[in-house]
Amino acid sequence: MTAPAAQHDGRHDAVPGVIARLGALAAEAEVDRQLRICNACRYCEGYCAVFPALMQRLTYTPADVHYLANLCHNCGACLHACQYASPHEFAVNLPQAMAVVRQRTYTAYAWPAPLGRLVRRHGMVVSLVLVVSMLLVLALAAAGGGPLWRVTGAGAFYEVLPHGMLVGLFAPAFGFAVLALGLGVRRFWRDQGEATAPARAWKRATRRALTLRHLGGGHGEGCPNDDDAYTPWRRVAHHLTFYGFALCFASTVAGTVMHYVVALPAPYGLVSVPKLLGLPGGAMLLVGSLAQLALYQRRDPRLKDPQQAGMDRALMALLAGIAATGLALPALHGHPALPLTLCAHLALVLTLFVTMPYGKLAHGVYRMAALLKRAAERNRPGPAVDGGG
Amino acid sequence: MAWDVLVIGGGNAALCAAITAREAGATVLLLEAAPRDWRGGNSMHTRNLRCMHDAPQDVLTGAYPEEEFWQDLRKVTAGRTDEQLARIAIRGSATVRGWMRHHGVHFQPSLSGTLHLGRTNAFFMGGGKALVNAYYRSAQRLGVAVRYDAPVQRLELHDGRFRAAWLDSGERIPACSAVVASGGFESDREWLRQAWGRNERGEWPADRFLIRGTRFNRGVLLKDLLAQGADRIGDETQAHMVAIDARAPLYDGGICTRVDAVSLGIMVNQDGQRFHDEGEDFWPKRYAVWGRLVAQQPGQTGYCLIDAQALGRFMPPVFEGVRADRIEDLAAALGLPVVATLSTVDAFNAACRPGHFDHAVLDDCATAGLAPPKSHWARPLVTPPFTGYALRPGVTFTYLGVRVDAQARVLFGGTPSPNLCAAGEVMAGNVLGQGYTAGVGMTIGTVFGRLAGAQAALAARTATATSSLATTP
Repeated sequence: MTAPAAQHDGRHDAVPGVIARLGALAAEAEVDRQLRICNACRYCEGYCAVFPALMQRLTYTPADVHYLANLCHNCGACLHACQYASPHEFAVNLPQAMAVVRQRTYTAYAWPAPLGRLVRRHGMVVSLVLVVSMLLVLALAAAGGGPLWRVTGAGAFYEVLPHGMLVGLFAPAFGFAVLALGLGVRRFWRDQGEATAPARAWKRATRRALTLRHLGGGHGEGCPNDDDAYTPWRRVAHHLTFYGFALCFASTVAGTVMHYVVALPAPYGLVSVPKLLGLPGGAMLLVGSLAQLALYQRRDPRLKDPQQAGMDRALMALLAGIAATGLALPALHGHPALPLTLCAHLALVLTLFVTMPYGKLAHGVYRMAALLKRAAERNRPGPAVDGGG
Repeated sequence: MAWDVLVIGGGNAALCAAITAREAGATVLLLEAAPRDWRGGNSMHTRNLRCMHDAPQDVLTGAYPEEEFWQDLRKVTAGRTDEQLARIAIRGSATVRGWMRHHGVHFQPSLSGTLHLGRTNAFFMGGGKALVNAYYRSAQRLGVAVRYDAPVQRLELHDGRFRAAWLDSGERIPACSAVVASGGFESDREWLRQAWGRNERGEWPADRFLIRGTRFNRGVLLKDLLAQGADRIGDETQAHMVAIDARAPLYDGGICTRVDAVSLGIMVNQDGQRFHDEGEDFWPKRYAVWGRLVAQQPGQTGYCLIDAQALGRFMPPVFEGVRADRIEDLAAALGLPVVATLSTVDAFNAACRPGHFDHAVLDDCATAGLAPPKSHWARPLVTPPFTGYALRPGVTFTYLGVRVDAQARVLFGGTPSPNLCAAGEVMAGNVLGQGYTAGVGMTIGTVFGRLAGAQAALAARTATATSSLATTP
């Protein structure tokens, strides 16, 4: 007996841009091998979008594999349901094989390309950037003249770091992150050979992204984490993180608007738009990211790619740190620890922005692209097949 | 006495019995022969349950009344079925899904490639292993004790009354009553070999069989029960048998090793000769006959040959077929006699009458003057590339079993045991004397598993009451 081997056909000859430069495609070939088993079995088709998408094909080019890997939300339901998982000799573990390929896509499509290699050492990169950011922020604050342990006045934050300096630091960092992620995902989309997606595909994909439908297990009960029991907690924790982050971001935007448009500079009272958005947002972000970290630690190791532990944990730790320091700031008004806490908060945010395109946060844009492709292709004809009982 | 009910086996029927007995208030120990990773027996390879219903129900379309279900069963078994027990299974299937859901089983509309089953079968989301996982979780939550790696070697019986089970390890486990749900004997190669014997060509056909199902069904308890006088049902050579890819693993090949291309092409044996009508009926009604047909061929191998017109029209098999641009080259690559194969294909091609090919209906593409004929979907094999698959018999489960009554009690010389029940494949032969129809194995396992669990709990209560009466001064 032989386990079915990875097979290639003519479609693999015309490889699109980025994939052509990828070199060895062992990770993609392994996913191809497993997908052929899945396509012959299909028991998991109700769990998520990966299965209907794989069933629309008979063979899997590296571009197909990149697409399907990013469509996979790593919920893990299919591994527990798999009659071909180890110790079966077919050794199917789609969530893990997909995770390995996902990280390769973040690397391969990164812009600028040479920085893609940072993805694999993301944990270390984050630590280094954090140290540099902290030193930079501290230096800037110290250059402002005041001691870093002191009670600040009413204008608190801008006494530590002037508003213009903050904008000068964060606007380019954020702009770069958005640009790099945008160019990366554009390369991904081009390699998929997709035209512009129609509006209704956007609508469908956005709904699936915002509801994390594919962490619902197909029946809505959620997904496995520690064992084969379905739990809603991963989806809940991700929602808290995502929407908490969104509220924090909205709070920042509101603050900017108030500063420039209404000429109402910070600090803001408790009953102000930035605070009403930022406080619950920060709390959600803190709870969500810590919960995700805890769930990650307890997750069945078969679902994880050990190579990515640093990348996965770094993001959650950064977000928790940002939320914790952000929430501490209003509480520290009138306390001499405020300037240092503010510096730490700013350094963490800066680190997040700078490292964003080369780490776990990239999953957001690639997954959205995959969901968009799925929404666009779902009504295209696939092979019409018939099988036995 | 430690346990009220001992359940021997760890698949669907065993779990249904254990949960039902526990729900009835019994203390339950379940012994699974396999380690945790391989638990669930053949259930992990299943995906659907054949269900009677009089009107559309969530995932089930139309209606599938009792009488139609019964007629389907009668037809596939050619009458080798016990009508009373069959009707119990059929009626039970109508109401069991609520209970299954309650224990964590999720249903979904029929899987793609199986749309024709949407009326008769409810599909488990994630397949049988997901169902097994849900049942184990539910059983353990209810307080059913589960032991893995616990193969039972023999039962201690006294006049048909169960006393205790003896494990391979030598441990004795007594209980008030027991349910045997330990499957058939398909993975006892020696038993299969003897059952099929030697054919007129001097071959031992069973040596070439592959086992689609679990490697743990070695029929140990079946053999023990029959030796201890339990009534026997069924024929040792009868089994759910499908023709599967010859490259499939020896055990646990499951669903993905099947090749659903037979009705789209022709099937020849190793002499290059056709041997059965490939277009007799819809493939879902015929897939389960080809295992036996191939078993009767020399070398127990059949070769499914198709041309490019069939590609993309059948479920993609897990193993890539052998491909060539000429029939001669395909025959050579498959190790078939070139001249004989070519002349078989030529004769077939010449016999194909023009018609309108439609795989969704019993179309009018048939052969004329050919023996055996191909009654439907007969199109000349003329469009390269040609693809071939070598197929061997794949046994899912055997039908030889112990006879039971309407309460799933094992019969000894026609008398039901007071406290020993059987469920699942070890007694499926009562309903399935031969043949198969999709999803009926799970119907029998679920309905009789629940009956056996209820009966065993009742027997345990009776036994406890009797013994407490006996000890009352």
